[in-house]
Amino acid sequence: MKVTKILLGLTLGLAAALAALGQNQQINGAGASFPYPIYAKWFSEYNKLHPEVEINYQSIGSGGGIRQLSAETVFFGASDGPMSDEQLKGAPGPILHFPTVLGGVVPIYNIPGVEGTLKFSGKVLADIIMGKVTKWNDASITALNPGVKLPATDITVAHRSDGSGTTYIFVDYLSKVSPDFKDKVGVNTSVNWPVGVGGKGNEGVAGLVKQTPGTIGYVELIYAIQNKIAFGSVQNHDGEFLQASLDSVTAAAASASKSMPADFRVSITNAPGKGAYPISSFTWLLFYENPKDKAKAKTMVEFMKWALTDGQKYCAELGYSPLPKEVVALEMEALKKIKL
Amino acid sequence: MKTPSRRRSADDRGFRLGTGFFALLVVLLVAGIFFELYRTSTLSLQKFGFRFWTGKTWDPVAGEFGAFPFIWGTLYSSILAMVISTPIALGIAIFLSELSPRRLRTPLAFLTELLAAVPSIVYGLWGIFVLVPIVRSFQIATPEWMKKIPLFSGPPLGVGMLSAGLILAVMVIPFTSSVAREVLKAVPSTQREAAYALGATRWEAILAALRFGRTGIIGAVILGFGRAVGETMAVTMVIGNNPQVSASLYAPQYSMAAVIANEFTEAADNLYLSALIEIGLVLFIITVIVNACSRLLIWSVTREVKAKAPKPVATMAFAAPTGGGQ
Repeated sequence: MKVTKILLGLTLGLAAALAALGQNQQINGAGASFPYPIYAKWFSEYNKLHPEVEINYQSIGSGGGIRQLSAETVFFGASDGPMSDEQLKGAPGPILHFPTVLGGVVPIYNIPGVEGTLKFSGKVLADIIMGKVTKWNDASITALNPGVKLPATDITVAHRSDGSGTTYIFVDYLSKVSPDFKDKVGVNTSVNWPVGVGGKGNEGVAGLVKQTPGTIGYVELIYAIQNKIAFGSVQNHDGEFLQASLDSVTAAAASASKSMPADFRVSITNAPGKGAYPISSFTWLLFYENPKDKAKAKTMVEFMKWALTDGQKYCAELGYSPLPKEVVALEMEALKKIKL
Repeated sequence: MKTPSRRRSADDRGFRLGTGFFALLVVLLVAGIFFELYRTSTLSLQKFGFRFWTGKTWDPVAGEFGAFPFIWGTLYSSILAMVISTPIALGIAIFLSELSPRRLRTPLAFLTELLAAVPSIVYGLWGIFVLVPIVRSFQIATPEWMKKIPLFSGPPLGVGMLSAGLILAVMVIPFTSSVAREVLKAVPSTQREAAYALGATRWEAILAALRFGRTGIIGAVILGFGRAVGETMAVTMVIGNNPQVSASLYAPQYSMAAVIANEFTEAADNLYLSALIEIGLVLFIITVIVNACSRLLIWSVTREVKAKAPKPVATMAFAAPTGGGQ
């Protein structure tokens, strides 16, 4: 560990020295892989606008991002789930959360003879995932889907085998709508699944669902859209059945912004409000409140202002849901907390 | 007279020190790995103690970690792979060294060794798209009476222990067969000639050669076992990744290497991380035990051979390395 730290220090030192030579500013960050495509786009676009700023981002996973930020080996971190109080205490200084974009998670399924969209309520979805509902023609599912002829096939549950922000959002939602699920499974990036098989990544889960008749799984909305996978609709807090879309995910954030805590550490699953898709979440960038390197801090604050405004227009082409303007306004205010 | 010899002896000493240092480096490296694994898993070692080895719950939410399902899955899949691959690999080795026409020998040997060069992710993809559907249709076709046997119980998912064992077997065959072939090549031809002289059939002569080279052949099998124990990527893609302990070949299960690869990046809290590292430690210890057992086995067989024959085949004693991962 020590040797790695020294080596890393040397490398970073060398990088910094080189950057100073070229008058360039290099800033390193690491974390979540879910927002990697848009972060990469942002950093490269920002570099075109400000050639002297080079931001490097490694998508090593949210856990890794939090660890590296706490060890101060990177300037900023990124996470799909907010840091826990315990993790915040473990860091050498106060850390601020800034939501950047939004993502949604959708249920996908493969039922022989069933075409079209199935409807799920939160409770039914939780019961299926927990293995309490075992057949597709169970009364609880048919009651939600009148007119759909469901077969007596056994249900197989497919989940992510790798630790993932997608899992976090999905189980966070299920825990909110089903006390039983909260009790038996709980919320984390990996959980102790009562039943089912695990696939690695969105593609692993989608592969399991596609290949195995009778299977239900969950993937990121972006993944389902890009791969043209049909997905089910989910009943939201207000009782509407909604199919996820970029807009309905943003709507969830907009309605949640009314009760936004000052540190933005908020779960927006099962958000109230019309048209709000219930399995939605922010993804965050993490900064120290009092960064050691003031020059870098200044650059990153400028970058954040750009990302929260002009940067949001890249969301649609990459399949992310943009932040609602209410949240952007709150964040612009919060950026002032970073001590420059 | 004095100068050159003294210089030579100084050179010798330098050379010996140099090479000795490199040898020591290996020892230090292994000790370093063990120490680092031990140090970073302290948290989980203190909290769970021996319970970690026997616990069946793996619950990152509640912070309850037991590695037994993973140990079970790793050993089950590796032993299954050995059961499937050993006869095939030995068959290949015997054919190539004893029976094959000379001009087929080189291309066939080349092709088997090529199997070892295929990256495990490619095996994994092949597993998902080709092997798993075949296994599933086989599972669907399983007659009802057979499903009552615990070995074949469970829904037809395709992914599961059987797929993992099959894919590992394919990956292990080139290792076992090429080492076994070298061993058979090293058996002195006098052994076979003597067998023929005594009126042995070809089959009996081959048996004699096999018996003579058994140390090396056991070594070859253990080399394959080591490869299977450490395999990560291909296994996680087809094993089903469900930490349960089941005797069924059809049940989705999990392995030690797979859970580390899957959960390490997102493990944010310290106990969780420490438990994952302890799985690495368990894997390390199991590898050491497997190695020690193989040494013991080879040692006992060599002793026996030594007593009977004056010139045993070079002990191709192998340490089972934890395979090529990735």
